[in-house]
Amino acid sequence: MRLEHWRSAMRSPVGAVAATLLAAFAVLAVIAPMIWGDAAEETEPAALSQGSSSEHLLGTDALGRDIALRVLVATRFSLGLALMATSISVVIGIILGVLPAVLGRRTGRLVVAVVNLAVAFPALLLALVFAVVFGIGSHGAVLAIGAAGAPSFARLVQTNVASVAGRDYVSAARVAGVSRLRLVVRHLLPNIGEPLVVNATVMAGTALLAFAGLSFLGLGVQPPSYDWGRLLGEGLDRIYLNPAAALAPGVAVVLAGLAFTLMGEAIAQVVGIRTGMFRTLDAAPVPVARAESAGDDDAVLVAEDLRVAFPAAGDGWTRPVDGVSLTVRRGETVGIVGESGSGKSLTALALARLTPENAAVSATRLEFAGEPLLGRSDAEVGRLLGTSLAMVFQDPMTSFNPSMRVGAQLAEVTRTHEGHSREEALERAVDRLRKVHIPVPERRARQYPHEFSGGMRQRAMIGMGLMSTPSLIIADEPTTALDVTVQRQVLRLLRDVQRDSGAAVVLISHDIAVVSQMCQRIVVMYAGRIVEELPVDQLASAAHPYTRTLFGSVPDMTTDRERPLATIPGRPPDPGARPGGCAFAPRCTFADERCAEAPELAVVGARQRAACWHPRQEPVPVTAAAETGDRI
Amino acid sequence: MTTASAPLTTARGEAALGRVSWVRNPWVVFLARRLGRLLVSVAFLVTLAFLMIHLIPGDPVRAALGISAPPELVAARQESLGLNDPIVVQYVNYVKALFSGDLGVSMTSGVAVSETIGQRLPASAGLAAGAFTVVMIVSIPLGLCMAVLTRGGRRRGTELGFTSTSAVVAAIPEFLLAVGLVFVFGVTLGWLPVAGRDGLSSYILPVLALSLGPALLMARIVRVEALSVLEQDFVRTARAKRLPHWRVYLRHVFPNALTSTLTIGGLLLSAMIVGTVLVENVFAWPGMGMTIVQSILSKDYPLVQGIVLVYGVAVLLVNLLVDLMLAVVDPRSTIREA
Repeated sequence: MRLEHWRSAMRSPVGAVAATLLAAFAVLAVIAPMIWGDAAEETEPAALSQGSSSEHLLGTDALGRDIALRVLVATRFSLGLALMATSISVVIGIILGVLPAVLGRRTGRLVVAVVNLAVAFPALLLALVFAVVFGIGSHGAVLAIGAAGAPSFARLVQTNVASVAGRDYVSAARVAGVSRLRLVVRHLLPNIGEPLVVNATVMAGTALLAFAGLSFLGLGVQPPSYDWGRLLGEGLDRIYLNPAAALAPGVAVVLAGLAFTLMGEAIAQVVGIRTGMFRTLDAAPVPVARAESAGDDDAVLVAEDLRVAFPAAGDGWTRPVDGVSLTVRRGETVGIVGESGSGKSLTALALARLTPENAAVSATRLEFAGEPLLGRSDAEVGRLLGTSLAMVFQDPMTSFNPSMRVGAQLAEVTRTHEGHSREEALERAVDRLRKVHIPVPERRARQYPHEFSGGMRQRAMIGMGLMSTPSLIIADEPTTALDVTVQRQVLRLLRDVQRDSGAAVVLISHDIAVVSQMCQRIVVMYAGRIVEELPVDQLASAAHPYTRTLFGSVPDMTTDRERPLATIPGRPPDPGARPGGCAFAPRCTFADERCAEAPELAVVGARQRAACWHPRQEPVPVTAAAETGDRI
Repeated sequence: MTTASAPLTTARGEAALGRVSWVRNPWVVFLARRLGRLLVSVAFLVTLAFLMIHLIPGDPVRAALGISAPPELVAARQESLGLNDPIVVQYVNYVKALFSGDLGVSMTSGVAVSETIGQRLPASAGLAAGAFTVVMIVSIPLGLCMAVLTRGGRRRGTELGFTSTSAVVAAIPEFLLAVGLVFVFGVTLGWLPVAGRDGLSSYILPVLALSLGPALLMARIVRVEALSVLEQDFVRTARAKRLPHWRVYLRHVFPNALTSTLTIGGLLLSAMIVGTVLVENVFAWPGMGMTIVQSILSKDYPLVQGIVLVYGVAVLLVNLLVDLMLAVVDPRSTIREA
């Protein structure tokens, strides 16, 4: 805990409230017994067990003592006892916590085991046991609560020590022959200080509440001494006569407990920053426009000027997808390539209306099989796309629900959209698993995803898309997470599926070789826009300088291994800080002042369009793998 | 039950392939390990209860009977408690007696401890069970609803209201909540009985006092867990399947948020079992919690020992139950552990 940490903890609203409360309690603890100590002991036989009056704000107790004063005076004792108990917990906890690191392996494990056993029991139960051992009274209760809190603190220290113990500097110190004790004091403890401070603060609150509990039960502070818990217990007996007598100490306990807990949380927030920057999309910046459907009967998917925006830090928006227009015809295979961060995956999600909650999607036109997708409810979109659009995601490891059997995950598609019974749907799921070459599909359908290998899961994912009869399959990097031999199987399967079902496929990949083997048409994305669109057999006549370097940078069997691999100098611009004109201009050798204005996609050849002011005519210098590599 | 039988079918399937014997069945390994851990914990608990008396500084009998007690009585009591034997013999006798269900005899009333516990246990168990039911019924739907409402940073006001209210209420210990409830519903409104156990209405306030904090705490956990599950890839897959929203939340989000919910739920439940001690004393509830406090005050050590054992075993059983449920809900955890 450095000083600035404390300062910023105080500056947060929670921290400020907690700090003010704690300061007020601290002041009370110091001055209240000095000022009102004697008055709080003063008995008044004429005013026994009275309710609130002008003389006694909160009434009097059974001996006629002023309750308000007693609650104020009890601050010192209540806080003091809680802090003492907390120090005991912390000291024993630290000792038990670092012992495993100091002792040998076997004894250390024994300490860990004992701590783990003790942690299983609630602290109050341990406190009751220790209260018997240490005796009734404030001394006994301090020891009991201190001892009862020790195991959980010890556990905390142990986990933190263990997490630090593997770090390089600790190993280095160990190799250097630093003694175990010195290792703990100099290297381990200082590096776990922050979580310990946070938890000790929270623990002080817990100890305070526990102490109030024990005193309330009559096991803690004994008369004539009194703390809040004792006052509460006495007040409860007469709650019908004077509710304030029970409520006032209760409120004091809650406030003090909260102050410690909130303080702990405020410090924790400063130390381990974890904030989610989200804003609602009430003010989506781009209006959703819907254009007339231009009767392109052949198109299964039409997108015009598709944009996806996210709220950014500050008040702005970042637009990872910034005006993409794409048409996919029936049965066609289109590849979308680009570096990571070019917006290709987000484009796919936006096309399928699956963008994250906080994304704002707009387009002048977004249609699936002639039906507009934007401006419709999720249920309507679901009816439109449920049986006709299949998605295959990048990571098959995380894309299946781990707690549901694979067969059931496939079957629910049919059950939802075609109203089949469980048995019928499961039967179809088994059939589809067989279709995607999963061996023993009857047994596999009953298994959980973790029992599948990565390649099998991706095939099952494709099978899931085949549960209905899709007219479009969007595959977002379907082979990136798989190893090379499995990649081939999955791609071949995808191609077979396309041939059999006649579905169009949009294949998104950063791997040009994969795309050029699979697709008829390639769409190249850069910085959220399409820079070039060309048939796969014309790769050599790519016109956009980015496309050319991209294709040129793919090594193949004939690449001269003596020379360094071709790379594109510079990095793609951050979506938040894109240059005004052509986004590729800063990395482009042909750029001039004209490129400060953004180019539109324009026809540069047969079935070929590029967004460039200076389209190239000469063939691409280095052969792309696509032309020499064998087809799958 | 369908979920429970799933991995077993799998294991059977693999056994049919002739490679996996039952010894390697992860479920068998898991159960064996878990029962072993339970036994060790029980042994720890019994030792703790036994040592409790022997750790008391000075002579426990003298402490119980007072300084003025005649020496003959002290000696006789020491003899009857077996305190004159070597400590190992005492320990062995204690464990032997436990096996035959003998928890000793109360020093104040002379009644068998097991008999007293038998009378008092149902009241406490009813309280804990009621509170647990309320926690589950309230927290899970509330937490899921809050997660759905506040997903992706929506409804910041609702989120702030929920998190701050639940944090404050959950920070109030059950016995203070109990006092507040007594004041509002007993003293001010006069709607509900505030002491004793007499009919269903007498359960309302104690159960509320016990369950309110844990229910809100648990709802917070369900919300946070559900929100983090909502971010996962497989939820996107479920959305890509265009399932109805309720199906995505109940079938895909909720089961995967259960793991942490159950873990914390177990901790809350075991804390709640012991929390009944305080609540019983607020409401003069004739359960074990009243008895243990009275017997600690009157230094009736055998009774204290017996009740500590019962609370401890209850906590251990809850832990076991939670682990078993976790294993069923999250089949990976079982296999990973084994």
